[in-house]
Amino acid sequence: MYPPKFEYYRASSVAEALALKQQHGGKFLAGGHSLIPVMNLRLADPGVVIDIGRLSGLKGISRENGTVRIGALTTHAMVAASADVPQALAEAAALIGDPQVRNRGTVGGNVSHADPASDLPTVFTALGATFHLQTAAGTRQVAAADFFTGLFETALGEDELLLAVTVPANPGGSAYKKLSNPASRYAMVGAAAVVSGSSATVAVGGLTPHARRCPSVEAAWAGGSGVEAAAAAVLNDLGDDILGDIHASADYRRQMAVVYVKRALAAAQSRAG
Amino acid sequence: MTQISVTINGKTYTKDVEPRTLLVHFLRDHLELTGTNIGCDTSQCGACTVHLDGLAVKSCATLTVQADGAAVTTIEGLASNGQLHPMQQAFWDNHGLQCGYCTPGMIMAATKLVEGRPEISDDEIRHGLEGNICRCTGYENIVRSVKAAAAQMGGGV
Repeated sequence: MYPPKFEYYRASSVAEALALKQQHGGKFLAGGHSLIPVMNLRLADPGVVIDIGRLSGLKGISRENGTVRIGALTTHAMVAASADVPQALAEAAALIGDPQVRNRGTVGGNVSHADPASDLPTVFTALGATFHLQTAAGTRQVAAADFFTGLFETALGEDELLLAVTVPANPGGSAYKKLSNPASRYAMVGAAAVVSGSSATVAVGGLTPHARRCPSVEAAWAGGSGVEAAAAAVLNDLGDDILGDIHASADYRRQMAVVYVKRALAAAQSRAG
Repeated sequence: MTQISVTINGKTYTKDVEPRTLLVHFLRDHLELTGTNIGCDTSQCGACTVHLDGLAVKSCATLTVQADGAAVTTIEGLASNGQLHPMQQAFWDNHGLQCGYCTPGMIMAATKLVEGRPEISDDEIRHGLEGNICRCTGYENIVRSVKAAAAQMGGGV
């Protein structure tokens, strides 16, 4: 299977990547493990591909002032092996696809593609991550809650490039648990929890058009509910837009959300010490 | 067309390719290295696994232009001086294949999986080969082969 034809440009700097995008449009290519498969299937036909894969400054994990910065070109394998990122993030990265996919797939490509069945958006939402975006005119920061806007939709503008994602270095105990599609390993239900003292932030994905916070669960937890009761409250956070397919119906996923939020909360609590 | 230069199994090739040429097609159709198979075309089955700069990757989800300047090893490049690689020999000895279609990908993924892990467990092997699908369901002997090769390789490559 060949992807459709496209014009290929390779950027040697962020500035060049942005200039090429402004001039030619098209799509940025990082590791290509979201973009190439959808092009192969003719679900995407961007016409122009701008390869940013060699911008080594965008690759890597660093700690600065209580936050961890994950460059957009950092691979899932690097995140999974990192002792610097919150545990939920390493845990989620280790569950993406398989070893070969994790060697090529990047954090930036993953979140920009914004597949509803992806794992990282759920963890970034629970961690309250910040997305650092750049255009030729300047930079801006977008909170996770505002970055994921819909099914395969994000706040990224046409001429904007994601440079990095930052998360708190020590958010408390954190965990990510998911019910995987057994063939693709995509999340049918994913739940991330961050527990610090008497408060918790919780997000779900996989069953919703995009990752979202669970205010009812968080309120129940803050009100002193245990793991069981707090997890059950997720049903109040799930609207009528729950995804279902041949692998798992919407109703099944709804019920599994309770189970996986429970597991994520329990693990995060035990890691919070 | 875009000119690329890529070192495959120790030999450097400089070629003009259409940017949309997937690495697996470059290997199979341009260089006639047909040991790397195409199974699912959707980066799930792992039959197309090769080593790109020392990492196991799926060549059906990688563009040839992304491999420009890189070193690639395919199943054809594993044996040396007429001697099968220990992983190939272990698949032979333990009957780690039935139809053999998934085998090149299994072997390329497995050689990376056992690097530095001479005592890898069955569970770790099964988990580590999640990206490779055998449609003959021959997993038992595949796991046995990988375990034997890991011990033989002693953590080396």
